Amino acid sequence: MTDIHVSSSPTGSGGRHLLEVKDLYVEFHTRDGVARVINGVSYHLDPGETLAVLGESGSGKSVTAQAIMGILDMPPAKIPGGQILYKGENLLAMSEEKRRQVRGKEISMIFQDALSALNPVFPVGWQISESLRTRAGMSRKDGLKRAVELMDLVKIPAAKARIKDYPHQFSGGMRQRVMIAMSLAMDPKVLIADEPTTALDVTVQAQIMDLLGDLRRDLNMGLILITHDLGVVADVADRIAVMYAGRIVEHADVRSVYKHPAHPYTEGLLDSIPRLDSKGTELATIKGLPPNLMRPPTGCAFHPRCKYAKAVCTTETPRSLDLGHGRTSACHFAKEMLDGTLR
Amino acid sequence: MAHSAENVTASRPAGEPLLRVENLVKHFPITQGILFKKKVGAVKAVDGVSFELHRGETLGIVGESGCGKSTLAKLLMRLETPTAGRAMLKGKDIFKVSGSELRRMRRNIQMVMQDPYTSLNPRMTVGDIIGEPYEIHTEVAPKGDRQRRVQELLELVGLNPEHINRYPHQFSGGQRQRIGIARALALKPEIIVCDEPVSALDVSIQAQVINLLEKLQGELDLSYIFIAHDLSVVRHISDRVGVMYLGKMVEVGTDAEIYERPTHPYTQALLSAVPVPDPDARAHRDVIRLVGDVPSPANPPSGCRFRTRCWKAQERCSVEEPLLIRRGVEPHPSACHFAELRQVVG
Repeated sequence: MTDIHVSSSPTGSGGRHLLEVKDLYVEFHTRDGVARVINGVSYHLDPGETLAVLGESGSGKSVTAQAIMGILDMPPAKIPGGQILYKGENLLAMSEEKRRQVRGKEISMIFQDALSALNPVFPVGWQISESLRTRAGMSRKDGLKRAVELMDLVKIPAAKARIKDYPHQFSGGMRQRVMIAMSLAMDPKVLIADEPTTALDVTVQAQIMDLLGDLRRDLNMGLILITHDLGVVADVADRIAVMYAGRIVEHADVRSVYKHPAHPYTEGLLDSIPRLDSKGTELATIKGLPPNLMRPPTGCAFHPRCKYAKAVCTTETPRSLDLGHGRTSACHFAKEMLDGTLR
Repeated sequence: MAHSAENVTASRPAGEPLLRVENLVKHFPITQGILFKKKVGAVKAVDGVSFELHRGETLGIVGESGCGKSTLAKLLMRLETPTAGRAMLKGKDIFKVSGSELRRMRRNIQMVMQDPYTSLNPRMTVGDIIGEPYEIHTEVAPKGDRQRRVQELLELVGLNPEHINRYPHQFSGGQRQRIGIARALALKPEIIVCDEPVSALDVSIQAQVINLLEKLQGELDLSYIFIAHDLSVVRHISDRVGVMYLGKMVEVGTDAEIYERPTHPYTQALLSAVPVPDPDARAHRDVIRLVGDVPSPANPPSGCRFRTRCWKAQERCSVEEPLLIRRGVEPHPSACHFAELRQVVG
């Protein structure tokens, strides 16, 4: 693990990043109106590092990933602004033909529910080797041979014997491994994992997270881990981007976030989770509900739920404040939060 | 921590437990053939589970999927008939009662379901959903009184009583779970079975619902059976915890006993697998990684069911089934021949 992120600012003044999302906007046009789900998201990823994108449902964490992959349904989705740079090239400006060359081959994705992401009527070996046959021009035989190697890589026992098995014959954890094997078929440089362990048991979750960590290191991939689980993030991530209502409210290395959150939402999240290693009395809560993105609150989107909210928060949208060491926080009082003087 | 453990023991009523479950068994038959169904085997979902639940206490039940937690919940609700065993509620076996006695018994055990999106009828108003139990148990609330009762319940769970005529889709996930809780409270039960009540909710909402459950317990003197796979949540809410594996209870104790002094290897592995939200803990945590998956409950391993994934397994484990009894190392029961203390939570 190389500590490359310390000197670089999230806007990318320090050299070119492997993947860079720049001021991205996404909106959904529905019958009821326009929902602005992504409102100026920027983050970057370098080879061999793990960026965790943390957020609750509706925060826009998955939509950002889908925009990177180019798998958003347009319409209803629309991308009115922003850039997604992969090795310096803007994916959003590419032709669909060129974009296909990136999708799966350079940037690959695994999904939450492996059972519904896999095709139930084809054997797993066939599905893993599908992209090898159609895109790398491999023969069926070579494709299956490589599929066995990939299944070995993701530590599926007796890979050779199971290559003809169907998804339903695998357990939840093994299915997720099949998905990972499939996503690795074309040697991608970036792997996006969207809630990869949410549907799994803790013991299996630990196995899969270990596997993803090992693969990232061995293959020197950049890993974007999308999750809502603060525990998982603490175990594997190098950096965290916390999302709320389509914005990144805090971005920092993992230790700083857990030690001194610089945004009230992050602090609220950390306080509201029960801990395994201690039994508290009453859990601190974040009052209220996440905002309706059709009618977002004025000013800071978090202000109706924020315990520190002041007058300025209701009128002015806070800009992302640079706190040094690649750390940002979109709170008017980020500095006071860090000092511990915010009341 | 030891101090609070003593408190739990001391506050536990010394008398008869509210619910005593003895050797509960549920086997689902596997059949073959269409016309002449032949039993070819059985899925041993719950295979000899015993525990006690006292008044005002929360018993947490944890385990991986397929360990029988939800079947256990269904059995206690009498939604399934057990293959064997009994459950004594205030001295009466809940599986033996019938007729009007059964109806009265059902009032006493209610359930909060996992998924607040599918457990509420989308075509019924909130008032009808929460008031529906009164249609069946008319003696609890006379007809004219129902609306007032429902509004009281809404207020009790932190919802606006004026929203009585709204439909479930007009509420968020956390609010819907509150509706589910209000429905469970309608008949003034003494025991509420909560089957994964917060696992479908967002982190910031989870805490609100957990706090609500704890508040209601204090106000109404409820006993909870709290089934969940999230060990942190279970620790937070439970007075005692039972760990299940493949239909069996492998370790039972107070929350401090299970989390700080676990003696069963499965409990230790389970705890060690839970990610702790503290990056600094990464380095000095005791990591136990289990290999493989839970074996099929249709064909569980002989002897100790955990032996196929256990690093301590020996000859004896495959022939002799370890009983859930007190072992020398710790005062709480553990179903392992080689029970030994190992702290895995920092």
